[in-house]
Amino acid sequence: MNGVHDMGGMHGHGPIEHEKDEPVFHAPWEARMLGMRRGGTFPSGFNIDRWRHVRELIPPHLYLSRSYYDHWYMAYVATLLQSGMATREEIKSGHAASGTAKRNDAMPPDQTWKAQKTGGIFARQVETPPRFAIGQCVRARNINPSGHTRVPRYVRGKVGVVQLHHGGHILPDTNAHLQGEAPQHLYTVVFSMRELWGPEASARDEACADLWESYLEPA
Amino acid sequence: MNQHKHAHDDSADIAHHHSIHAELPSDPALRVKALESLLTEKGLVDPATIDAWVETYESKIGPRNGAKVVAKAWVDSDFKRRLLTDATKAIGELDMLGAQGQHMVVLENTPDIHNLVVCTLCSCYPLPVLGLPPVWYKSAPYRSRAVIDPRGVLKEFGLELPEHVKIRVWDSTAEVRYLVLPERPAGTEGMNEEQLAALVTRDSMIGVGKVSAR
Repeated sequence: MNGVHDMGGMHGHGPIEHEKDEPVFHAPWEARMLGMRRGGTFPSGFNIDRWRHVRELIPPHLYLSRSYYDHWYMAYVATLLQSGMATREEIKSGHAASGTAKRNDAMPPDQTWKAQKTGGIFARQVETPPRFAIGQCVRARNINPSGHTRVPRYVRGKVGVVQLHHGGHILPDTNAHLQGEAPQHLYTVVFSMRELWGPEASARDEACADLWESYLEPA
Repeated sequence: MNQHKHAHDDSADIAHHHSIHAELPSDPALRVKALESLLTEKGLVDPATIDAWVETYESKIGPRNGAKVVAKAWVDSDFKRRLLTDATKAIGELDMLGAQGQHMVVLENTPDIHNLVVCTLCSCYPLPVLGLPPVWYKSAPYRSRAVIDPRGVLKEFGLELPEHVKIRVWDSTAEVRYLVLPERPAGTEGMNEEQLAALVTRDSMIGVGKVSAR
């Protein structure tokens, strides 16, 4: 979706605030929110691509004005509501509706390290040979899906060179909508700054993005 | 391209549920506390599991891991070669893979090329080797400008690179995670691996800083 989250190339967001000796969390609630995201129960089939999509659906004024872990709060709440795991009244009150059966399948504390070490493997076998070779010129297709995608706007329609081939990876565009992993070959494509930003950009500098095969066409 | 035509179907539904935020208190501490109470009552989270995750990111995982990788590469040329050709395997040798860092690529900074890592779309970051990302990395100013004005961004971090150095920005748009291997500073010839690791900063492994001999 062409959302406010797709920020590459925008102006006007102000200076970067680099905090010296930054703490891991700035308030206890941030730590609790992180723990709920990593240790809380999510609907069946939920995955990180869906998590990213729920976050990018946060209304733009809230996306830009609320802090990072507040995004997580908003995304978890929307997920609970959409799946029927909680009601609006429960979210507002902080208490379960009377008569609700308590589940007993939450992640136990001793499973966290295992989840950290073994989670998040996205490489998958793809039977078809890669369509593109390292060194080949490719164009990022000009696609504008209203659902989730990971092809940023600033590379669409631009020509680059395949720099790396990562094998098959789960396709976020389908996975985020619980329509299957549909793995495809994944490539890193390098673009010149002039291709991306025009003749006044640096002639030397480059930017790369990781792009799935269906995002690309031969150039 | 069927996979690009699908379902906005559930997108509208999810967006609708975000409308609840107008009806909730503005203080996130209150809302998050209420959410933890609710999830605990429903058996959807164990508060002790939240504690365990917090401890994981506060004390078990952080940029000291990445610093060890960098220092080892500086003193062990075989390891460096393995790291640059198959970072996932080499970092796996050190048991430093994990969620948000299972598919690794290491980018070597040299006198001619300076690598800089960003995630323009969200906050992708190599957690097992660098820990949780700093606020600025997840913020709009960095995400928006790193890909269009990397030299301007680096200047804000106090790093001015000569014109002949090529800057290559890596936008983490997939599940590949990037770690920068900074240049080993001059004046560190007599140092051992542990002393070198102590010099390596988080910022240098994102590419917004260099390592100095101190």
